[in-house]
Amino acid sequence: MNIVCAGLSHRNAAVGVREQFAIGTHELEETLARIRRIDGLAGAVILSTCNRVEYYTASVCPLRVMDGLRSFLLERTGVEDAPLYTHESPASVRHLFRVASGLDSMVLGETEILGQIKQAYAAASECGASSRHLNKLFQHAFRVAKQVRSETQITRGTTSVGSVAVDLAGKIFGDLSALRVMILGAGDTSERTARSLVSRGVKTVIVANRTFDRAAKLAEEIGGLAVHFDHWPNAFDDVDILICSTSAPHPIVTREKLDPLLRGRDGRPLFIIDLAVPRDVEPAVNDMESVYLYDIDSLEQIVRQSLEVRRAEVVRCEKMIDQHVCDFVTWMRTHSAHIV
Amino acid sequence: MEGHLLTGATFCLLVSFGYTLFTLGAGRFRPGAVNLVSILGGFLLLTIDLKIRGQAQGACPINSLFDVLVFMSWATLLIYLIVGPAYHLSLLGAFTSPLVFLVLLFAQLGPVGHSVAGRPPRGPWVELHAALTLIAYGAFALAAVAGLMYWVQDRQLKRRTAGALLYNLPPITELGVANARLLWLGFFLLSAGFSAGFLTGMPVNSVKFLTSAMIWAAYAIILALRRAHHLPPRRMAAASMLVFVFALAALPAIQYLSSPK
Repeated sequence: MNIVCAGLSHRNAAVGVREQFAIGTHELEETLARIRRIDGLAGAVILSTCNRVEYYTASVCPLRVMDGLRSFLLERTGVEDAPLYTHESPASVRHLFRVASGLDSMVLGETEILGQIKQAYAAASECGASSRHLNKLFQHAFRVAKQVRSETQITRGTTSVGSVAVDLAGKIFGDLSALRVMILGAGDTSERTARSLVSRGVKTVIVANRTFDRAAKLAEEIGGLAVHFDHWPNAFDDVDILICSTSAPHPIVTREKLDPLLRGRDGRPLFIIDLAVPRDVEPAVNDMESVYLYDIDSLEQIVRQSLEVRRAEVVRCEKMIDQHVCDFVTWMRTHSAHIV
Repeated sequence: MEGHLLTGATFCLLVSFGYTLFTLGAGRFRPGAVNLVSILGGFLLLTIDLKIRGQAQGACPINSLFDVLVFMSWATLLIYLIVGPAYHLSLLGAFTSPLVFLVLLFAQLGPVGHSVAGRPPRGPWVELHAALTLIAYGAFALAAVAGLMYWVQDRQLKRRTAGALLYNLPPITELGVANARLLWLGFFLLSAGFSAGFLTGMPVNSVKFLTSAMIWAAYAIILALRRAHHLPPRRMAAASMLVFVFALAALPAIQYLSSPK
């Protein structure tokens, strides 16, 4: 028995090509039924996400199945020179283990892919398209992904400015639900960051913008309050996180301005995220007691550090995966003759 | 037998300490079962050791500097095991184990006097005074550890470094709360211990009294300033570390002055 994988991903196909091959949930069952008619195919699982479309099949005649898949895809999409890759076991097994562990993802180490693989496998199982070897393969892939995640740092840190800000807020405050966030300047990045915080439970958001209408619109969208820009110091009471992204040519948050606002806070931390260039917040503010200031460079540096840590872990992950590939191939050899 | 128990307890804490160092060095520190099991093992061995020595002496085994250090180590672990899980401060154990390990090592290898046999029995108030005071020291030790963790986390956040510790240390706000609560717990126990000391009616050496009063007053001032909003959490964390170092350094002197001559 052989495991055949055929597909395309963000590595070899642009989104314009990938979308032609994508398979929606509503057509999954029918597509599985069609490819199961390929001669020599024992079972199939289709993984279709925004970054990849892959067919995992079990077969005793891999070449015939590969030809069958190519014909099927040509018939379905009409794309003649599709940049398809094909793998036979053990390469196909290794490929699935790498994909499940996030090593083949656009953002190295991301974890969403594992859930997508689980859904793909569940869908194939429900309509009876999977097979004994594929069952074993996917169960093994889930175990590999879990081990890689828990025993390495491939998922450590965060890889976007918004999620770094949320992580840091968690490291300063713990529970985010009772926090008050103020946005100075309703730019795109500050909006995304605020949305990330709201998605993690922040309930109170105050938006101040030079154009009040823009502030009101954003406040309405994220369920916050809008204030006039000149009145932001008056609304600053009990603010825990300040996100700045105005286009002011000079700092608008200075030590002198913050000092009276922070009196009476009893040492409660203030987390300032300065996304503006030129910066909105005077760097000396970071020296104030219980104030933590992060500008765009420092946030991006943390993103880079996280990615570096993840990249450094790839070798360890690959070693773990190699061992699992050996185990699975050994299992397949001992069970293939019996099946045939 | 007691010697083996103590060595075993010290070894357990060394394992926790070593594991922490190893995982930190590998950049993938996560406090886990190794730390908890080692600390729990160390605590159980110390409990058995204290029980055996207590039965042999017919009293709470706090008769020498050696006894005091062992009892204080036991109290520190006891309070960690009560407080740590309540505040989800699993990393507190990783920071506590080196402190207790060093104290136990000093108790066994350092120039400290051991218990004298055939010591006359003391009254219950003396026993209570000594035990409560040393348990208070345990709480202050943990407050100092929480203070150290607060400083480390504050420094990492200020310097904008995203090391393994940043991701694994508890949120800085929680560390500040834990630091304050442990100081209150220690202060309450110390006050109760001192009250019990007054009830003994025994004459008190003036140097011992002054040193103890200074420690009590230092903690009282820290807590009063904090309550009056004049001491931010970072400075309270620093103060809790400094006063504990002083209290630890004064312990041999207090014990010497408390010993029967």
